[in-house]
Amino acid sequence: MKEISEYEKDLASIRHIMERSVKFISLSGISGVMSGVYAILGAVAAYFILYYPVSPFNQRVYSINDYQTLSQLTFIAIVVLITSLATGFLFSSRKAKKYNEKLWNATTKKLLINISIPLFTGGFFILILLYTGHFSVAAPASLIFYGLALIQGSANMYDEIRYLGLGEIVLGLISALFPGYGLIFWVMGFGILHIVYGTIMHIKYDR
Amino acid sequence: MKNIFENLDKILENRARLQIMSVLISNDSYDFNSLKELLNSTDGHLASHMKALEKEKYISINKSFIDRKPNTKYKATAKGITAFKKHLDALEALVKQQK
Repeated sequence: MKEISEYEKDLASIRHIMERSVKFISLSGISGVMSGVYAILGAVAAYFILYYPVSPFNQRVYSINDYQTLSQLTFIAIVVLITSLATGFLFSSRKAKKYNEKLWNATTKKLLINISIPLFTGGFFILILLYTGHFSVAAPASLIFYGLALIQGSANMYDEIRYLGLGEIVLGLISALFPGYGLIFWVMGFGILHIVYGTIMHIKYDR
Repeated sequence: MKNIFENLDKILENRARLQIMSVLISNDSYDFNSLKELLNSTDGHLASHMKALEKEKYISINKSFIDRKPNTKYKATAKGITAFKKHLDALEALVKQQK
């Protein structure tokens, strides 16, 4: 028979292992903040293409329809996406190393499969929207599907990500009510919410 | 005091086996290599514990091939889940009693 303290160690050890086996804990808070910053920079660039010299708070009366503007915006979106993913990968692999953990494990795989369904559905849906000329609902749709993906993935991440997901969905729905203000809601959802969330996560888990 | 100790599961008193069961309880299924990585274990060490759990019918095994490499997936059985819960309750009762 073992000592009582050994049983206590049993309990402590499985608590940690159960969490690690389910949750992807390597996602770093800083990378959330950084992706928020990239999104804002991207939105500023988009503002100069779309609105300038009109204030972004004024409703845009004309719509984007020329090929050049659209390709410039697509370029910005791709740059923001790639830099965010690269930063996320860099900081997360660093964090994984710190905790002596592999970045690519069974949990990461499960997480990616889970979130890729709403993400790809949303991605194709937005492409269809753009193709059919429904530009004004593309921004709300991106926020809503991104929020759904986060909620879907929250089972394999820290629980707080659920609130970020809910925030994105609410913003997306409100944004759908105000066509023409897509960029502002985009900055709030992908920029400010990411920065707030990343900061909270960094303070709570990474320090 | 004696009674509480009797509630402990002999198979799960081993910490490695308890850890394996805890992973299988929290996930639908888990494969051998991921389990080895998570628990920082070796092939032989993990295999011997898996065999012990299998003998007790605490886990079920599903062998398949992915890219011609063997892939062994484990699931906790209903019997295993009950045993794990009972053992955990006993552990908690023991620790609580001590305080």
